[in-house]
Amino acid sequence: MSQSALDHTPNATAIQIEKMSKWFGTFQVLCDIDLTVSHGERIVICGPSGSGKSTLIRCMNALEEHQDGKIVVDGTVLSSDLKNINKVRSEVGMVFQHFNLFPHLTILENCTLAPMWVRKTPKQEAREIAMHFLEKVKIPEQADKYPGQLSGGQQQRVAIARSLCMKPRIMLFDEPTSALDPEMISEVLDTMIQLAEDGMTMLCVTHEMGFARKVADRVIFMDQGHIIEQNKPEEFFNNPKSERTKLFLSQILGH
Amino acid sequence: MNFFETFLNWEVILRIYPMLMKGIGNTVALALTIIIAGGIAGVLICLFRLYGPKWLRWLAIVYIDVFRAIPILVLLVLIYYALPFLGIRLNGFASATLALGLVFSSFTAEVFRAGIQAIPKGQTEASEALGLSFGVTIWKVILPQAFRIAIPPHTSNAVAIAKDTSLASVVAMPDLLKQATDAQALTANPSPLIAAAIMYLIVLLPAVRLVSYLEERFRNDGKAA
Repeated sequence: MSQSALDHTPNATAIQIEKMSKWFGTFQVLCDIDLTVSHGERIVICGPSGSGKSTLIRCMNALEEHQDGKIVVDGTVLSSDLKNINKVRSEVGMVFQHFNLFPHLTILENCTLAPMWVRKTPKQEAREIAMHFLEKVKIPEQADKYPGQLSGGQQQRVAIARSLCMKPRIMLFDEPTSALDPEMISEVLDTMIQLAEDGMTMLCVTHEMGFARKVADRVIFMDQGHIIEQNKPEEFFNNPKSERTKLFLSQILGH
Repeated sequence: MNFFETFLNWEVILRIYPMLMKGIGNTVALALTIIIAGGIAGVLICLFRLYGPKWLRWLAIVYIDVFRAIPILVLLVLIYYALPFLGIRLNGFASATLALGLVFSSFTAEVFRAGIQAIPKGQTEASEALGLSFGVTIWKVILPQAFRIAIPPHTSNAVAIAKDTSLASVVAMPDLLKQATDAQALTANPSPLIAAAIMYLIVLLPAVRLVSYLEERFRNDGKAA
């Protein structure tokens, strides 16, 4: 997605998180998170369920509110100011586990809705952008169908295209392959690999360790609301430092 | 007098036919006004109920509960016979529109609330993540999906309120029932009542069929339109 990544300055900070904490009621899901992501970086976040990894990336576009600390996305501080939030959201794409396509709109309409209403892109131009990205994810021929008529893998690729139509500078993936049948996982991962090769800044919550080895610059392991360990993939997989990371890796790689 | 002369007297029916036509015209006009105005008001009240500031939510809840609980006839009589003591004098049509519209809007609000709440949370999250404003999210993402869920029960409520327009005859509104009872008094023959009943059926039977059709059609939802 050369267009979207054209103007990023290498090593400029995409996301900066300082001492960020979040509670659900009295339960602390995230504890003192510190994390800096540079533009162009590809990060995979893994960890056992309930470790706070999804919540962490959902805080990055304010789908979840954090209670303490600071999150800066592409130079904009995330506060309760709605203007800031919408600015950040329009520059940060998100792909969900359950796709969350709009079932009453065609594939093409799913892709043109946000550009037309948020960016005020004229309809014709929005359609051209949409077709461009539907071709990128290799399903332009489905443009006039409804989400319910597509397979899970196809729907997830549409969801990726829908996000890309906003020309985001950062993409967040929240377990994008967890709800897919096994034979459909690779088509979605291929799309994500292509996106990574185009230089997109990506944060992926996933258990696809093959994907992590292949494209990640950094793998982050979380447990009980803490970042336990982060390292380059080969170091992370071959030479994990903490016991918890070793245990986790043995559990997910051991079968 | 045999059965036909008493209950299906063509001479009588032909004579009072213009009266009944005027009555059915008024009934249909009243029903449409209530369904359109009450429908729009109901959707707005539903949005207040779900997304408004706290005080507005409570106000909406009170509104919805009160007008679902109060008998329509009681409300109608209050508006027509009690409001004049406050200096508010409404004619039959206005009284009936107000009374039935208040009730219909509260039922509409509940039906749409159920529709909106049946939409998965992921839909709102996806629109938020795309940067869509609250208004666009409601208008383009939430309401179209809520409509599909709410249309069958909403149509059913609309048919029910259309039937209840006959209550307007109590406040001297010349609807079909009032015209028919007047005609009955005028001709000293019950045939106009039979004719009126048949006219109600002619209008409402297709509407009831429509409800069944919509229920069938929207049952397998989420697929292609």
